[in-house]
Order: sequence, then structure tokens, then C-alpha cells
Amino acid sequence: MKELVIISGKGGTGKTSLTASLAALAGNKVVVDCDVDAADLHILMNPAIQKKENFVAGKVAVNNSEMCLQCGDCVLYCRFDAIGDYYVVNPVSCEGCGLCERFCPHEAMEMVSRTSGEWYLSDTRFGPLLHARLFPAEGNSGKLVTLLRQEGRRLAEEKGLDLLLVDGSPGVGCPVIASLAGARAVLVVTEPTVSAVHDMKRVVDLAGHFRMKTLMCINRCDLNRENVKAIEEFCESRSIPVLGKIPYDGDFTKSQVAGKTLIEYSDGEAARAVRKMWEDLSRTVLH
Amino acid sequence: MKIAVASGKGGTGKTTLSLALAGYLANRGYRVSLMDCDVEEPNVNLFLKANIRAVEQVSVPIPVVDGDKCTGCGLCERICAFNAIAVVSGKPLIFKDICHSCGGCMLVCPERAIREVPKEIGDIEEGSAGAISYIGGRLRVGEAISPPLIGAVRKHYADSHYTVIDAPPGTSCPVMAAVRGCDAIVLVTEPTPFGLNDLKLAVETMKRLDYPLGVVINRAGMGDDGVERYCAEEGISVLASLAHSREIAEKYAAGEVVEEFIRFFDGELGEIVSGLERLTGIRAVEVK
Ligand code: SF4
Ligand code: SF4
Repeated sequence: MKELVIISGKGGTGKTSLTASLAALAGNKVVVDCDVDAADLHILMNPAIQKKENFVAGKVAVNNSEMCLQCGDCVLYCRFDAIGDYYVVNPVSCEGCGLCERFCPHEAMEMVSRTSGEWYLSDTRFGPLLHARLFPAEGNSGKLVTLLRQEGRRLAEEKGLDLLLVDGSPGVGCPVIASLAGARAVLVVTEPTVSAVHDMKRVVDLAGHFRMKTLMCINRCDLNRENVKAIEEFCESRSIPVLGKIPYDGDFTKSQVAGKTLIEYSDGEAARAVRKMWEDLSRTVLH
Repeated sequence: MKIAVASGKGGTGKTTLSLALAGYLANRGYRVSLMDCDVEEPNVNLFLKANIRAVEQVSVPIPVVDGDKCTGCGLCERICAFNAIAVVSGKPLIFKDICHSCGGCMLVCPERAIREVPKEIGDIEEGSAGAISYIGGRLRVGEAISPPLIGAVRKHYADSHYTVIDAPPGTSCPVMAAVRGCDAIVLVTEPTPFGLNDLKLAVETMKRLDYPLGVVINRAGMGDDGVERYCAEEGISVLASLAHSREIAEKYAAGEVVEEFIRFFDGELGEIVSGLERLTGIRAVEVK
């Protein structure tokens, strides 16, 4: 099975719109939305949820006030500043290390499972979609991403589908590392802006860390010629093929407002560039 | 006043707005600090170009095992809630990347075979650009856990009339670490279905913290009116709408956006500041 992960480093470069467009073009695939912090793909894919599961990860401490003698030991052990007035645990800060439970002389702290979100298996007009929702202020997005990809792979095998299309997480931290590990290829979507280029280099380094086949797509390529040149030179120095160059096109936003992918909505310049990029992808890395 | 600028996802113009707000206030004679807490993608200084005075390395404590003292009892493995220790053929292996530095293993080891050593996770730069003091964190590539670094950046609060915090995007631990202790939160969004969805998630997250909250709509006019309708329904104040312009987008691409932005949106930046004063009841002392 082939797995293509689409990432960008910086948000707002059009990664999700492009993933949706590739989903509209590719056949025989499972789509996985690993941008669990701010999942948007479902807006364009209009999923009908088939299965819904709780995402339980780690634990959180709860103070049982009847047992608590307010000795204050737990506060000394907790390195996360999670125990507040009256020894009530602030779940936002609690990392679930369990030291307070372990060392409370009065057994007043208890670790309970933490439901951090939900994940879904859905039907869409482009085939199965795995997506999730992390509850506000919850962590563990890396684990949720790993779980989604595993479920995606299992489903693809079950249904004899040979491609996993993954909308990866932003940034260079925990969730994006979980999005990348073990995938076949990564498509980096950048744009010719100073900050996007800066972040792009950071994710390219990260992909290098995992020795992944890396490909580049330059979105809004007509915004600044010099930065496009800089991206191309950088790619050449790293032997990264620039697969797509997509012009700035208001149809991206219009298609989003219409709840459609660019491919369905428009036959303009940008849509044509995305089609061409997909052809190149399927001829090369995904062949 | 400490203002945290955040957004449900990246790319909404959060950093540009942080820079512009800081610049706008500095131009009016206030002492301003600008903190880059978006440590996974620290971009403030790409634009601010502050002279860096000092760089400080930030590390977290990580356990190491003294093989001579260790008897392989496995208590460390058992207490670790994060599976960061595995005892393999009588020897504990420590997986640094998933260790949360809770210190539990060191506390339970009966042989005192575990001690902690610092592991660098990133650094903090300090400097200034004109009247703006700058403090920014940068997470090392390959490091997974950013909140300790963000916490360390926040400790550098300088004495200022205004502190503007460029918070990381999203709705999970990093942004919570960045906004902690601020006086007000500005959520930046775009008037599109994605923008609205991300804004809703961000509002839900921030509501748990009970800080005064306002919304700035960036690139207004490019999409639909869903964001405005949502804010009206929820009773969230829209501090300002910044009109979409390709010119600004091109200036942004070239990295020269801030001055232009401050000139272009002078009125709107003023509205944001007075809106925040209204929301928080805080007013910076008049500058002589
Ligand atoms: S479980 Fe750990 S992080 Fe949570 S409150 Fe207890 S000591 Fe603190
Ligand atoms: S410090 Fe805590 S998280 Fe790290 S290895 Fe020890 S018990 Fe596990």
C-alpha cells in the first residue's frame, strides 16, 4: 500500500484544499484527516458518519475531597503546576504522570481515564474518510494521529484499496511527526512567502530525519517571483522535485464557500495545475 | 496589558497582526514587548529583525540510569505513565523523546540509580527592534513537546505597557501554555468556511480559560459572512475587520508587510486597542 502525506509546516498554505482536490482525483483510496487540531477536510467532503469511537488517551488525576487532608504533598510532586486551590486538579495542566496518586499519603488522588476526543469512519462521495475531533484544550494529538493512520491502513487492506491519502498536521512537533513516521512519500505544500518558506525548510528537515521521499508543491506561485526562485533552488540543492506550481486563484475560496473541492468547482488555471500535479504524482512516486 | 494573539489554525495572519499591533503601540510611545510563543514556527523575527542580545538554551530534565547501581527491579518502568522506560534483559532503556520529565522514575528507584540530566529542547532569543523588546522561542526540529519551552518564554515577561504574545495556532497544549496569564485574547480568523470552523474550535477552547476574548477578521470580503453571523449569535465582539487586498498579500510574501500594514490599517488597529481596553477594563498609563 502507498501512503502519501500532505504537510505544509505553516498553516494556511492551502494544504487541506489541495488534499481534498487530490481526493477528488484519486481512485481506490482511503482519506485520513490527521490535522486533528483544526480538522477542516470534512467541510469539503461532507461525510456521513458510519462509526464513532471515543479517543481515550492517558489519564488525569482527580482529587477526592473526602479523603484529602490538605497536607500538600501532591503539590510538591507535581511538576506541571496542575494542582490548584483546595488541591483540585486542573485537567488542562495535568499531564497524567500519576505521581500525586502514587505519593499521596491519604490515597486522595485517583487517576482516571481521559477521553480526549472522538474519531469517526465516514462515507463520502470520494470513498471512506477517517477523521477526528480533539476536544478543546486536550493534548495527545500525536497518539490520535497514529491511531487514525493505523485504522486507515487497516481499512484499506480490508477493502483492497491501495492508497492512503493523509492530510497531515501543521508544525514540526508531535502530531506531524506522528503523521509522517513510516509513510512512503510526503508532499510539502508551500507558498512563496517569507514565513512559509522558512517553515517549509523546517518540515523538509523533519522529513529528512525520517528519510522520506519528499516532493514539493508551490501554491500561489505568482505571488512573489523571487521567493519561488528561492524555493526552487532550495529544492534542487536537496534533490526534491517540484511537482506542482499552482497560481493564486479566487476559485479556491469560492469552491470552499460552495462546500466543494476545487476540481469539482472549477476548470480554471489552478484546477488544471492541480490535475497536472496529480498526473505527475501517479506516474512517479505513487506508481 | 498582556494581549495573546491566537487562531484556530495557522495562516490567518496571526503573526502579522501581532507585529502590527506591537508596532502601532510602539509608534504611540508605549513600551512594548513582543513574544514569539509559536515555537514550532517562530516567524516573528523574520519580520521584526530585532538585534539579538542574548540566546538562552532551554532544556528539560531527562533521566539517566547508572548501570552499576541498577538491579533491574523494573519499578521505574512501572511508574512511568508514558511508557518512556522499558526494562530489556535487566536494563532500563529510556526513550527520551516521549519522556515528559515528571521525575517519577528517579523518585521510585530504590537503588538511587537514576539521576536527571538536561536535554536541550530549544532556545530563547532576546533582543530589540527600535522601541520593541523581542523575546522568542524556537523549538528544535525533531523535538515533540513544546509547552516547557513556551512556559520558559513566558517567564521572560519584560516590564512594558503592552505585551503582545504571538501564540501557536490550534486548540491543544501549546496554545494553552502560551495564553496562560494574559489579560485578553485576540482570535484571528478568515471569513471562509474553514476559518469559521477553526474559529469555533478556538472559541470553545478559550472559553475554558475565562479570559476576555475578541475576534479580528482578516482578509475580510474574500469569502462569506458566516464568521460575522456566528460572532453575533455568540455575543463575541468583532474588534475589527481587515479588508482583503492582493497588494498586502504580495507585500507579505516579500516579507515587507508590517510597516505597510500599520499604515493601511491604522484605524482598525486603533479599534482593536480600544476594543481590548473596553473588554478588559485595562488602560495603559498615558505616555508623557
Ligand atoms: S497526575 Fe501528575 S501532572 Fe497530574 S496532577 Fe498528578 S502529579 Fe500533577
Ligand atoms: S521522568 Fe517520568 S516520563 Fe520520564 S522516564 Fe521517568 S517516569 Fe517516565
